[in-house]
Amino acid sequence: MIEANRLTKCYGDKLAVDDLSFTVRPGVVTGFLGPNGAGKSTTMRMILGLDAPTSGSVTVNGRPYQRHAAPLREVGALLEARSVHPGRSAYHHLLALAQTSGIPRSRVDEVIDAVGLRQVARRRAGGFSLGMGQRLGIAAALLGDPHTVILDEPVNGLDTEGIRWIRSLLQGLAAQGKTVFVSSHLMNEMALTAQHLIVIGRGRLIADTGVEEFIAGAERDAVRVRSTDPDALAGLLRSHAAEVSRDQDGALTVSGLSVDQVGRAAGAAGITLLELTARQASLEEAFIDMTSDAVEFRAPITAPAKG
Amino acid sequence: MIEPTAPALPAYPGDQRVTQARVIRSEWTKLRTVPSSAWSLLAAAVLIVGFAALYSGVRVTRPPHDAAIAGFDPTAVSLSGLQLGQLAIGVLGALLITGEYATGTIRTSFAAVPRRLPVLWGKAIGYALAVLVLFVPATLAAFLVGQSILSSGHLDTTLGQPGVARAVLGGALYLAAVGLLGLGLGALLRSTAAAVGALFGLLFAPQILVGFLPSSWSDHIYGYLPAPAGIAITSVRPDPTSLPPWIGFGVFSLYTAIVLTLAAWRLRRRDT
Repeated sequence: MIEANRLTKCYGDKLAVDDLSFTVRPGVVTGFLGPNGAGKSTTMRMILGLDAPTSGSVTVNGRPYQRHAAPLREVGALLEARSVHPGRSAYHHLLALAQTSGIPRSRVDEVIDAVGLRQVARRRAGGFSLGMGQRLGIAAALLGDPHTVILDEPVNGLDTEGIRWIRSLLQGLAAQGKTVFVSSHLMNEMALTAQHLIVIGRGRLIADTGVEEFIAGAERDAVRVRSTDPDALAGLLRSHAAEVSRDQDGALTVSGLSVDQVGRAAGAAGITLLELTARQASLEEAFIDMTSDAVEFRAPITAPAKG
Repeated sequence: MIEPTAPALPAYPGDQRVTQARVIRSEWTKLRTVPSSAWSLLAAAVLIVGFAALYSGVRVTRPPHDAAIAGFDPTAVSLSGLQLGQLAIGVLGALLITGEYATGTIRTSFAAVPRRLPVLWGKAIGYALAVLVLFVPATLAAFLVGQSILSSGHLDTTLGQPGVARAVLGGALYLAAVGLLGLGLGALLRSTAAAVGALFGLLFAPQILVGFLPSSWSDHIYGYLPAPAGIAITSVRPDPTSLPPWIGFGVFSLYTAIVLTLAAWRLRRRDT
């Protein structure tokens, strides 16, 4: 259980996290979603006591993280994939971490096997690929069999197989009753992995909701329809209280009516249809819409978001 | 949704309290598992013994004049390589922590030990022990090599002479203290360049600045400067401006303790 209470962090006069309150509960995967620069990493560092809040507080299992006598038992964290000395082997990195808490070598071997790094564990971590670095970071997070797992952008740079692996790992941890808090800037990935979402933008809370509710609220289904007489069709559909806009190729995008309703109305009016398709707004689009006011540095969008 | 299950990781119910002793062990592992630190320590040891041989050889070919023979300190001659070795040891001390800031490892360290100070003390104790374990033998070897060369000019001394054993052991103690000074500066300044600059500045600049003062002042101040105070423990026949050996070492240790205290104070407060 992680409880943030009016958490605020300023760097100079820049507000990185702004009055953020939320609760991350055990037993489910909670996605921490926001565009890059929204304050996700800063929030995670404050949870771990690495950065001190300017005001407000955050506790892990009822007390500030620094007050726990056995911190690796409470929280396992992956903050940045490259938090490893490049000259040290993966095994020795994990061993040094384990020794701070009296965790034996046998446990180090167990986590190395569990993340699939046995072959390369004795090699210098400086030569690791991004994916191997992420697995090493996850091994470190699992070392103490913690009640709470905090992972900052764990799927960054992973291939499809790695992403599937992390997804099932996180769901397995949640099924064991652990608190799992995972940040991402990719809505679609979180929709597949998480059951609960905390969405922030510019350091502020935008949504704290179940994934199902988020998706239901985000879907703005539309109908794409092309006909021999778009002007007449547009007028007809508007008279049915639909919102109609015209695409570049002459097709109409209609919202407020279903595919069936559009087809029947056109048939009754004798308008010939050339195409009639349901178009589902992607979650990614919904997410971008939701956070667009809150994105700090926004590049002009030149390519359509992948659905 | 059905996904392939992750490889099974057994539960780990064992005791996981963080203790200072456990953190020292962890820091010892960190120290010995980065090959470059082990190599720099070995290089410093070789430098100290090699320089003892070189400089002793030079003194045999250019022996002191009759008037200067009373002030000739064969122990100090054989330990003159400490002046070079201290730089490597001080820089490595700084790197033990600035390297963690540069690679981001410091966050892993502080997430595992959120009270933070045990990490600093763990590094200090681990490194000081490592330096002593390696450099008590190294300074002894430098002394013995130096004396065996000086003996060909009948300039040598033995460990049994008053103050000699203290000077040899003190050489290793001085190196450990310089290592801690480097570590403290690294923890305080967090950047390798800044810490190395400050270390060299502290060890060399005060002597140069004091040189500009009238000698009636500088003679009184000189012995209290960091490097002259610390190195006093390695001389058997001190020059008149030096502090007595243990007092000098005490003064140097005090400077180191001040830097480490400032570092500890800052470490507790700063964001990483």
